Amino acid sequence: MSEGKQEVLRLEAIKKSYNVGQATETEVLHGIDMLVAQSDFTALIGPSGSGKSTLLNLIGLLDTPTSGELFLLSKPTREMDDAARTSLRGNTIGFVFQFHHLIQAFTAMENVLMPLMLVHGKPNRESLDRGKELLSEVGLVKFLDKKPNELSGGQQQRVAIARALITRPALLLADEPTGNLDTKTAADVFALFRRFNEKFGCAFLLVTHDPRLSDSCDRTLTLVDGMIVRN
Amino acid sequence: MWIEWNIAVKFLREGRSQTALILVGIAVGVSVIVFITALITGLQANIIERTLGTQAHIKIQAPDEVNRILPTAIGTTQLVLEDKRPQRLRSINNWQQVVETLDQLSQVMAVSPIVSGPAFARRGESLESVALVGIDVARYQKIIPISNDIVAGQFRVGAGDAVIGKLLADDLGLRVGDKLRLDAGLDAYSVVNIAGIFELGVRELDSRYVYLDLKQAQSLLNLPGGVTVIDVTVQEIFTADVVASRIARLTGLKSESWMETNTQLMNALSSQSLSTSMISLFVALSVAFGIASVLSVSVVQRTREIGILRAMGTTQKQMLLVFLIQGALYGLAGSLVGSMAGYALVWAFNNLGPGLFYIPVSSTLVPIAMAIATITGVLSAAIPARRAARLDPVVAIRYV
Repeated sequence: MSEGKQEVLRLEAIKKSYNVGQATETEVLHGIDMLVAQSDFTALIGPSGSGKSTLLNLIGLLDTPTSGELFLLSKPTREMDDAARTSLRGNTIGFVFQFHHLIQAFTAMENVLMPLMLVHGKPNRESLDRGKELLSEVGLVKFLDKKPNELSGGQQQRVAIARALITRPALLLADEPTGNLDTKTAADVFALFRRFNEKFGCAFLLVTHDPRLSDSCDRTLTLVDGMIVRN
Repeated sequence: MWIEWNIAVKFLREGRSQTALILVGIAVGVSVIVFITALITGLQANIIERTLGTQAHIKIQAPDEVNRILPTAIGTTQLVLEDKRPQRLRSINNWQQVVETLDQLSQVMAVSPIVSGPAFARRGESLESVALVGIDVARYQKIIPISNDIVAGQFRVGAGDAVIGKLLADDLGLRVGDKLRLDAGLDAYSVVNIAGIFELGVRELDSRYVYLDLKQAQSLLNLPGGVTVIDVTVQEIFTADVVASRIARLTGLKSESWMETNTQLMNALSSQSLSTSMISLFVALSVAFGIASVLSVSVVQRTREIGILRAMGTTQKQMLLVFLIQGALYGLAGSLVGSMAGYALVWAFNNLGPGLFYIPVSSTLVPIAMAIATITGVLSAAIPARRAARLDPVVAIRYV
C-alpha cells in the first residue's frame, strides 16, 4: 500500500465469537488489524477453517464483530442498525461470490441493475447506459435479455462482476471468484478484475485458495487460526 | 414499491406451477363463498318476499281490554279471582288521526285502514266460515298488490261487490257474477255480488278471505265508521320492528311487526345467515392457510436468493414487502377468477337449475369478496414474509 491514498477499510482489533455466552463459545477471529486503501488489490489466503469467510462477512457488513471496530470509508459501523448498514453496504461494497448467485427470475441486465433498482426504483436512462456499458466491458452485451440459466458458468460469473460494479463501489469483495471456473475462464475473470481496478480505482479484496491468483495480486494477507500471520 | 413489486411478480411468474395450483385453490374457495352468499341472499329475499307478499309489515290494533278493579278502602286486603276479559271486536279510537300521523312518518310507505271480522258465507245448503275484510282499495293495493293475483273477474269492491278467494269459490261453487249471502250474526246479513276471484297461494287466505267495501263491512260487523286494524308497509323490511315500536309509542296502540308475528321464520333466516357466515369463515381460513403454506415453502426455496438480495442492498422492510405483495397478488388474482366462477355458478343455477327461485346478482359482492381476499392474502403472508425478512444473509447465501 502506498502512502497518501484514501483509506477505504480499517479494522481495529476485530474479534468474532460464535455461540456467545454458551458453553460452546468459540472465538474464530482473535483481533484482526487491517487497512485497505483506495485501488489496493489484495489477496486474502489461508487454510480452510482459518476464518476467511467470517472475516469477509464482517467486512461486507453482513455480520457484526463481537468486539473491535470496523471503519468503512472512515465511518464506524458497529452501532449501525439494519437500514443504515444495508444502505452503506449497497453504496460502498460490491460482492462476487464463488457461485455466481444471480437471481434466476431476472435477465442479465436486470441482475446487473438490481443494486441500483433496490435503492432508486425504476432505472433511469443513465443507469441503463451504465449497465449496458458494464455488460459490454465483460463482453456480454449481446446477452442482455438472457436469463442466468441460458448462460455458461463463466458468463454468469461475469454478469455477477458487472452487478458488483454497477454502484461504483469503493471496495469489491470476492469470495473464491474463480473457484468454480476452468483455468482459462478464471484467467479471463482475473484480467477483468485488474482492468476494473485500474479503470475505476476500486479496491479489491479477493479470498482465494488459488496460489496463481494470489501471486498476481499486489499484496497478500495470510490468515491462520484467526490471526493475520503474514502481510 | 416499484422494485418490490417487480421482484414479487417475477418470483410468482417463475414458480409458475406453484402459483397456478394455489390460485386454483383460492379461486375454488372464493367461488364457494360468492355462490353460497348469493344463493342464501337470494333464497332469503325470496322467502321474505313470499311471506310479506300477502302480509303487512306492521299490524296496528286497539290495545287489549283489561278488567278494571275497584280500588279498595285503605287498610283492607282484597283477593281477586280474575278471568281474562274476552276481546270483543272493536274499533281503533280516532283511527283517522292515527292514519294521518302514520302517513307522515318517513319510514312508512303505505297505510291501509281495515275492518275485519268473522262471518258465515252461505250458498244454498253449504255454509263456510269466512273473514270479512273491509278495505279502501287504493290504500290496500299498496300493501298487498292483490290485482296481480286475480284469476277471474276484476278486483272491485263497493256497491255490493265482493272479491273472494279461489278455494272458497270452489267450495261454494261460485263463479264471477254469482250471488253470495254473508251472515255476520245478530241478524246482520247482506247479499253480495262476486266481482272477482283471487289466488294468493296461501290456503288460509284463499279459503277464507272475502274482500268488501270498507263501509259495507263496517255495517255488517256493526262497527259503523270504525276500523279494527291498520296495515302498514315500511321502506326497509328489517327495520319493521323499530318502526313498530315507534308507532306503539306514538299512538299507544298495539303495534306488531312481521318479525314478531313470524318468529319461526326470523329464527330460520338468522340461523341460515349464521351458517353461511360459518361456512365462509372456514373456507376463508383454509384459503389463508393455503397461501401461508405456499409462501413458507417459497421462502425456504428462495433462501439463497433472499440472501443475495440482502447482500446487494435489500433492506428487511423491502424483503417483507416482496412477500406481502405476493400474498396480496395471490388473494387478488385468485378472487378474480373465483368470483367469475361463482357468477358462472349463479348463472347456471338461474338458467339451468330447478328454477325454484331467482338469485339476484349483487354488484357489490365481487368487489367486497376481492377486497377481503386481498387483505386475507396480505395477512396470511405476514408470517412467511417476516421469516424472509429476518433471514441472516450470511447463512442464507451459503444455503444449498
